Amino acid sequence: MSELDIDCPLVARVLEEFLRVELGRFGFSRGVVGLSGGVDSTVSTFLAARALGAENVTAVLMPYSGSSPASEADAMAVVEELGINYLQIEITPQIDAYFERFPDANRLRRANKMARERMTILYDQSAALGALVIGTSNKTEALLGYTTLWGDMACAVNPLGDLYKTQLRQLAGHLGVPRQIIEKPPSADLWPGQTDEGELGFTYEDVDQVLYRLVDLRLRPEEMVAEGFPEEFVRRVWDMVRQSQYKRRLPLVAKLSRRSLDRDFRYPRDWEA
Amino acid sequence: MAVTTCQARLVQLAPRLGAVAANLHRHLEAAERAASEGVELVVFPELSLTGYFLRDLVPEVALRLDSAHFAELLDLSRKIHLVFGFVEESDAFELHCSAAYLAEGELKHLHRKLYLPTYGMFDEARYFSAGSCLQSFPTPWGPAGLVICEDLWHPSVPYVLSRQGMDLLIGIAASPFRGVEPGGPDIGQSYELMLGAYAELFQCHVLFCNRVGCEDGISFWGGSRAISPLEGEIAVAPVFDETHLDVVLERSHLRRARFATPLLADERPELLRRALEKMSHE
Repeated sequence: MSELDIDCPLVARVLEEFLRVELGRFGFSRGVVGLSGGVDSTVSTFLAARALGAENVTAVLMPYSGSSPASEADAMAVVEELGINYLQIEITPQIDAYFERFPDANRLRRANKMARERMTILYDQSAALGALVIGTSNKTEALLGYTTLWGDMACAVNPLGDLYKTQLRQLAGHLGVPRQIIEKPPSADLWPGQTDEGELGFTYEDVDQVLYRLVDLRLRPEEMVAEGFPEEFVRRVWDMVRQSQYKRRLPLVAKLSRRSLDRDFRYPRDWEA
Repeated sequence: MAVTTCQARLVQLAPRLGAVAANLHRHLEAAERAASEGVELVVFPELSLTGYFLRDLVPEVALRLDSAHFAELLDLSRKIHLVFGFVEESDAFELHCSAAYLAEGELKHLHRKLYLPTYGMFDEARYFSAGSCLQSFPTPWGPAGLVICEDLWHPSVPYVLSRQGMDLLIGIAASPFRGVEPGGPDIGQSYELMLGAYAELFQCHVLFCNRVGCEDGISFWGGSRAISPLEGEIAVAPVFDETHLDVVLERSHLRRARFATPLLADERPELLRRALEKMSHE
C-alpha cells in the first residue's frame, strides 16, 4: 500500500460523470482528444469513450516525421479497441515549413511549436465536430511545469489534472488500457530515444512521492528532509513548482476598473442562470 | 404527545447551478410525489434551490421569505413537511445560506448557516453573512434541530440543540467529494463517524441529506443517511447517484436508548457554563 494508491472504480466513476455533466452543461455530447499512444492521452480517451459512448469520441493522431512508429501503432490499438472515430493529421509539413526560416531553433522551441500546432488542430476539429477538447495533462507534469503553455495543457475540460502520474497508471490498469502502453517509458516522443524521466533526471515514482507530500499533505521541505528525502531533490522539485506557477494561472491583467474580470467579477464557469 | 413514527424521505438531488425556477419545479414535483406516497417529511440538500458554487450569482438567486417562489413551497407544505436550502435575502439586504422548515402552510423554522467555511476550496464568508441564532423547534415527532453542512463540524451546535431539546437532528449538506484513497470517499467516512457519534451521544435520530452532481469540476458525493440512536445507520443512499432514500423513524428507539444509557438525563450543563464563565473572566 502506498499513500498514492487510489480507489480506481470510484475515481473512474467521478471522472466519467465529470465529463458527461460538464460537457452537457454547455450543450455538448461529443469530445475530441489528441491521442499520442501514451498512457495519459489513452486514459483520457478511455474515460471519454466510457462517459460519452464510443460514437461520440474522436481521437486525433498528429504524428510528426520524427515520431516513433510504435506510438502510432499504440494509438491505433486504442482506437480499434474502443471503436471510436479517429483522424490522422500529420503535422510535419507546417512544422518543417516554419523552421526552415529558423534552422537553428533548439529542441525546446521545436517541441513547443509542435504542441501548439496540435492544439490549434484540436480546436479546429472541436469546431468542425461540435465537440469539446478533452485534456490529457496530469497533475505531476502540471506541477513541474513540464508542459507547453497554450499547447498540450489547452483543453475545455481535463479529467486527469488532479491525478499524479503514478495514480494515472493505476487508473489505466483498471480501465483496461493495453499493458504495453502502461509499461513503456513515458515520452513526449520528440526525438528518438527521448524519455520524460531521462529529461527530468528523476522517476515519476520518486517525484510523485515528493509532490504528494509538498502539495497534498502540505509538508514543508525541511520536514521531508527529516523524513529521509534527499534535500537537493526536494528543493529542486519545489523550485520547479514555484517557477512554473505562471503556467497554471490565467495571464495577469492590470487592474483599472472597479470590477475586473475574474478578480471582482467572479462567476462560476458553469454559469447558466 | 409526539407521533410515534415518522415516514421521511431524503431527496439526494443535483440542483442546476443558478437555475432557481428549474430547481423549484423539481422540488414541487418531488414533494408532491412524496406526499402522494405517504411520506410525511421530505428533506432536500443545502442550497437545493440554487446549487452551491454560485460566487457572484449569490445575490442574483437570493429569495426573500415573501417571494412568489417561497409562496409555492409554503402552499405545498399543507400536504407535507418540507426542508430545503436556499439563498435568503434578509430585510437588511444580508445574504444567508439558509434552510427552511415548512409545514401547514407556514414557515415553522428558519436556520441561517452559522459556520461559513472559508478555507481550501471554500469561499462562503465572502458571499454570505453568518447566522447568529441556534434554536430547536417543535415538530409532530418531537423537537428537531436543523443545521447546514459545516455547522455539523462544530459539536457545540448539536450540544446546544440537544440541551434545548432534540429528538431529531436534520443536517442538510453540499459536501464536495475529495480524497481518492481506497475505501470510499474520505470525506464520507468523516461524516459517517461524526453523525453516528451525534446520534449516539445526543440520543436522537439523525437525518443527513447531501447533494450529488458536479459544478465547475467539483463533485458532490451524496451518501445521504438516517441514523437511529439505538440501531446506528438504518439507511444509506449510494454515493454519487441522484436518488431518494425512504426511512421510518421509530420514536421507541429514543425511549429505549435513553432508558438504557441516560446520557441526556445525566448531562450537567452547569459544568460547561461554569467553565465558559471562568474562561470569559480570564
